[in-house]
Amino acid sequence: MQTSNPETIAALATPPGRGGIGVIRISGSMTPIITQHILQTGLPHPRQAHLQHFHSRDGEVLDQGIVLYFPAPHSFTGEEVVEFQGHGGPVVMDRLLQVILSLGARAARPGEFSERAFLNGKIDLVQAEAIADLIDSSSEQAARSAMRSLQGEFSQKIHALVEQLTRLRSYIEAGIDFPDEEIDLLADGQVIKTLEHLQHQIETILAQAQQGYLLREGMQIVIIGQPNVGKSSLLNCLAQRDTAIVTDIPGTTRDIIRESIHLDGMPLHITDTAGLRDTDDPVEQEGIRRARQALQTADAVLLLVDDRDTEASKTELPVEMPLQNPYLVLRNKCDLTPQTAGFMEPHTLRLSVKTGEGIDDLKDWLKQCMGLQTQAETGALMARRRHLEALRHARLAVENSLEQARASYSELLAEELRQAQKALGEITGEVSSDDLLGKIFSEFCIGK
Amino acid sequence: MQFPDKFDVIVIGGGHAGTEAALAAARMGVRTLLLTHNIETLGQMSCNPAIGGIGKGHLVREVDALGGMMGHAADHCGIQFRTLNSRKGPAVRATRAQIDRSLYKLYTRNVLEHQPHLWLFQQAVDDLLVEGERVTGVVTQMGLEFSAPTVVLTVGTFLGGKIHIGLKNYSGGRAGDPPSIALAQRLRELPLSVDRLKTGTPPRIDKRSIDFSVLEEQPGDTPSPVFSYLGNAAQHPQQMPCHITHTNVQTHDIIKAGLDRSPLFTGVIDGVGPRYCPSIEDKVVRFADKDSHQIFVEPEGLNSQEIYPNGISTSLPFDVQMQLVRSMRGFKNAFITRPGYAIEYDFFDPRELENSLQNKHLKGLFFAGQINGTTGYEEAAAQGLLAGANAALQVQGKAPWTPRRDEAYLGVLVDDLITLGTNEPYRMFTSRAEYRLMLREDNADARLTAKGRELGLVDDERWARFETKREAVEQEQQRLRGLILRPGDAVLSALLGQDLRRETHALDLLRRPEINYAQLRELPQVAPGVDDPQVAEQVEIQAKYSGYIERQAVEIARQQRYEDTHLPDNMDYAQVRGLSAEVTQKLLKHQPASIGQASRISGVTPAAISLLLVHLRKYHELHQQRA
Repeated sequence: MQTSNPETIAALATPPGRGGIGVIRISGSMTPIITQHILQTGLPHPRQAHLQHFHSRDGEVLDQGIVLYFPAPHSFTGEEVVEFQGHGGPVVMDRLLQVILSLGARAARPGEFSERAFLNGKIDLVQAEAIADLIDSSSEQAARSAMRSLQGEFSQKIHALVEQLTRLRSYIEAGIDFPDEEIDLLADGQVIKTLEHLQHQIETILAQAQQGYLLREGMQIVIIGQPNVGKSSLLNCLAQRDTAIVTDIPGTTRDIIRESIHLDGMPLHITDTAGLRDTDDPVEQEGIRRARQALQTADAVLLLVDDRDTEASKTELPVEMPLQNPYLVLRNKCDLTPQTAGFMEPHTLRLSVKTGEGIDDLKDWLKQCMGLQTQAETGALMARRRHLEALRHARLAVENSLEQARASYSELLAEELRQAQKALGEITGEVSSDDLLGKIFSEFCIGK
Repeated sequence: MQFPDKFDVIVIGGGHAGTEAALAAARMGVRTLLLTHNIETLGQMSCNPAIGGIGKGHLVREVDALGGMMGHAADHCGIQFRTLNSRKGPAVRATRAQIDRSLYKLYTRNVLEHQPHLWLFQQAVDDLLVEGERVTGVVTQMGLEFSAPTVVLTVGTFLGGKIHIGLKNYSGGRAGDPPSIALAQRLRELPLSVDRLKTGTPPRIDKRSIDFSVLEEQPGDTPSPVFSYLGNAAQHPQQMPCHITHTNVQTHDIIKAGLDRSPLFTGVIDGVGPRYCPSIEDKVVRFADKDSHQIFVEPEGLNSQEIYPNGISTSLPFDVQMQLVRSMRGFKNAFITRPGYAIEYDFFDPRELENSLQNKHLKGLFFAGQINGTTGYEEAAAQGLLAGANAALQVQGKAPWTPRRDEAYLGVLVDDLITLGTNEPYRMFTSRAEYRLMLREDNADARLTAKGRELGLVDDERWARFETKREAVEQEQQRLRGLILRPGDAVLSALLGQDLRRETHALDLLRRPEINYAQLRELPQVAPGVDDPQVAEQVEIQAKYSGYIERQAVEIARQQRYEDTHLPDNMDYAQVRGLSAEVTQKLLKHQPASIGQASRISGVTPAAISLLLVHLRKYHELHQQRA
C-alpha cells in the first residue's frame, strides 16, 4: 500500500488560551523549505531546541520561540516535521500559520497528523481504533464549528458566490459542449462583467472575514449591576485604560460599552452595561434595554455589587440571563469594608477594583471559563482558516479567469472557473460535473 | 448441437461496440467469433447519420489511436465534415461528420470480413452457458452451442426492446428488426441488475418532398477535417451540405394538442430518456417560452432519398407527426418515409462491472455499449474496443487494461459508469473530464498508441507513423530550445508588441499568447521549422499549454495515490469504525474498487476517506499477521 503523501500539512497543535505557549506543527516534504523561509536561516539541528525569530514573508518578526526539527522518518508522522513553539496568543499563532500556508502547506484536517502517523506505520494497530474515533469526532466537531462560523451573513454570501459561479460555468460549459445549439450564451462583455463582480464580492468577503475575525473570537463577558457599584472601573481595570467614563454619579454609563482585552493571548469581549434600575430618563431606559439584550448572548456574566450593601436581593441574577451560563457575583469595594478579598463561595468573589485586591482571582476564573471552550475554539479557528484559504484560492482563480476571458480563450477560462469552484467547494461541498450538466439541461433547451 | 470449432472470444452483436470488440480481440491474435442476428445489418447506424462531435470526436480519435476502425470508416464514408469549437481552444475542438449510412455498412462489413482471426456467424443468441461463476459459451436460437472462455455482450437496444408510436406499442429492437426477447429473459434470471432506459428517433422524410430553396445551407469546412491519424481528406467521398430549418408557433400548437396521446406524457413509457436529447414534445413543454427550435436537415447518404430531421425526435401519434413536420419552413409537402418512435430497452447496472468491463459476478462475461446505459456510436465503439481487448488479455492470461481518467475519455467513460452508474442514457461531454486540457483530439495518439502497441492492437504501419511523428516533435522542440532570441530585434518586437526584456529561447517564446508557431518560424533566426501540420500543432500546443499541463499533472499525482489504493472486493463497510450511516450505505451500494472511486461518490467526505485509509491499513496488517 502506498503511503507517501505529496501534500504538506500544517495546524495549530495546542488549544489556544491554555498557558502561554502555542505550537504549530508542519508535516510533509515541503517542511524544510517552509521552515527556512520562516527562520530566514538554515534548518536547525535535528531534534535540538533552538531559540529563533519567526518571520513573515516580507521579513517582519512575528514572534520569538523554540523551533524543533524532526527529519523523516524519525518523526511523529514519519514525514519531515517541524514544530514552532511561540508565546503568541491565537492571533500571533494564526498569523504564523497563515504565513506557513502561503508558503505551500495546506491546513490539516482534523486528525490528519495521527492519520499520517498511522499510515506510515508510526502508530501500532491498537492505537488505530483511537485514531478512527479522533477523525470521526473531531471532524464532527470541526463541522459544527464550521457551521457556526458559517452561519448568518458569511454563509449566505459564500452560497451566493457559488451560485453565481455555477451559473457562469453553466453558460461557458454549455457553449463548449453544445456549440450547434441555438442557446443564448453570455456575450464576452457580460462574462467579464460577471467575473469582475465575483472578484469584487470575494474581496469584500475576505476583508470582512479578516476584520470580523477578532470580534468573533473569544468569549462575550457582560458586566451588570446597580448604578455606581464600579462596573466601568472594573472594565477599565481589566482593559488597563480609561475606556468608560468613571464618575461617582449613578447612571453615568447610559449606553453599553464594549472592550476587547487579551488574557494570556485569548481575546475576551467585555460589555459594560448601564446599571439596571427603574428610571424615567428615556436615554437611560434605552441603555438598560440594551443591557438586557447583551445578557442573552453573553458567554459569562459578572454581577457586580457593593460589598457594603448587605441586601440579598441585590445579588439575584436577572431573569434575562440564560441559566446554564457561568456567572460570578463580585463584591466590589472590599477596601471600604473590614472583609478580605477572595472567594467566599464558588460563585461569589470579594475584591477591590480600586486597590487591585482579588483581581488575579477574577482573571483565573475567567481563564477557567475559557478553558471549557478551548476545544471548540480550536476547531472554529482551524475551520475558519481553511475557509479563508479557500477564498484566497478562489480569488486567484477568478483573477486568472478574467485574464482568459479578456483573451477569449474559452477552454482556459473554463479551466480557471473550475479551479475557482473547486476552491469554494472546500467550504460548501463540491459541485460535481453531473450537477453542472443538470444545471445546463435545466437552464437551456438542448438537444437535437 | 455443439459447434466443432473452439473460440477464445465470442462477441454477441454487430453494432458499433460489437464491431470494435471483435476487431480488437482479433487484432490481438485470439480466435474470435462475431455472432449477429443479421450479417446484412453489421455497422448499421440506427439513429442519426453522423459520427463525432464534442466529446464524441475525442472518443473516435482514441479508438483510432488504438488501431480501431471507426475513424477510418468515418473518413471513407463521411459526406460533410466540420470542426466544432475551432476558436475555443485545442482541448474542446472536435471533429464531426455526416455519414452515408449504406457506405458505412459496406465499409464495416468489408473490414470485418477481411480481419484475420475473426469469423462471422449469423444466428440470434438465446442463452449464455454458465458454469459456476464463469461464462463458458452461448446457445443460439436453433440450439447451436458455441463454447469460449470469454463472451462480450454488445446487444444495444435489442434487449426487451419496446417501440412506442403514440399510444400504440410493440416489441422491436430497432424499427424493422426483431428484439432479443429470449436472451433478455435469460439475462434477467442471472444475478444482474436490470433497468429500463428510453431513447427516441425522428420521422424520416423523402428528400424530394422538401423545398431546399427556402432553407439555410450549412456546408462542410474547407479544408476538410479528418478523423484518423492515418487518414487524409482524399479518402472522403463526394461531399454534401446539411440544411437548417426551425419549428414555429404553429408546430408547437400542433404538438401541445397531441400531448393527450403521447406515451411520454400519459405515463405509458417508464424508461428515463436523456436530458440532452429530449423529444420535441419534451422541449415544447419544458421550454414553453421558446417559440422556435432549430432543426438540422441531415442527408442520409449520397444515393439515399431520405433525410434525417435532427431535432424532432418524437413518439407522438403518426397523424400528429405528419402535421408537425409539415408546419415547418420548407416542409409543407413533406412525405414521411418512416415514423418517429421512442424505444424502451433493458440495460444492466454498470456498477456491477469491473473497470475492465467484465461483470463482477460472472467471470469471462464482458459488457459494452448501450446495454451499459450509454448512448451514441462513439461511446459504444470505445467500450467495445476496451471490452474486446480485455477479453483477449484474459484469454492470454494477462492483466486487464484499465485506462485512467487523465489518460483518455475512455477512462472517464468507464470510471463514471462503474462508479456512479447512470439513470439516463450516458453521453460523453467534455465537461465530464476534469483533466480536459490534457485529453485532446490532437494528442490521442501520444496518450494511447504506445499502450495499443504493447497490447497488440496497433499494427506496424500505425506504429511507424506514430514514431516518426513523435521523433519529429521532439526534434523540433529540441531545436527551438537551442535557439536564443535577443532583445533589440525589430521584427520580433513588432510581433510581440514590445521588445524582449531578456534573452529567451524560441520554445519559451512560443508560450506567449501573442505569437504562434507559423509566425515564429517566419523569423530568420528560427526558420525553416517543420511543414507537417500535425507536428507543428503538437509543438505549439505543448508549449502554450505547458503551464496548465504541469498544474494538472500535480492534481493527477495527488489523486493517483487514491486511485492506486485498491479496496478489497465485498468489503464490509459496516466494520469501518466512525463512518456515518449514509456514507456506509453509499459505499455498500457502489462497492468502489479503489479509494479514488470512493472519493467520487457524492456524499463521501474527506473524513470518510481518511477512515477508509486507516481501516485498510489495519486490514492489510491483519492479513500479514495471518500470513
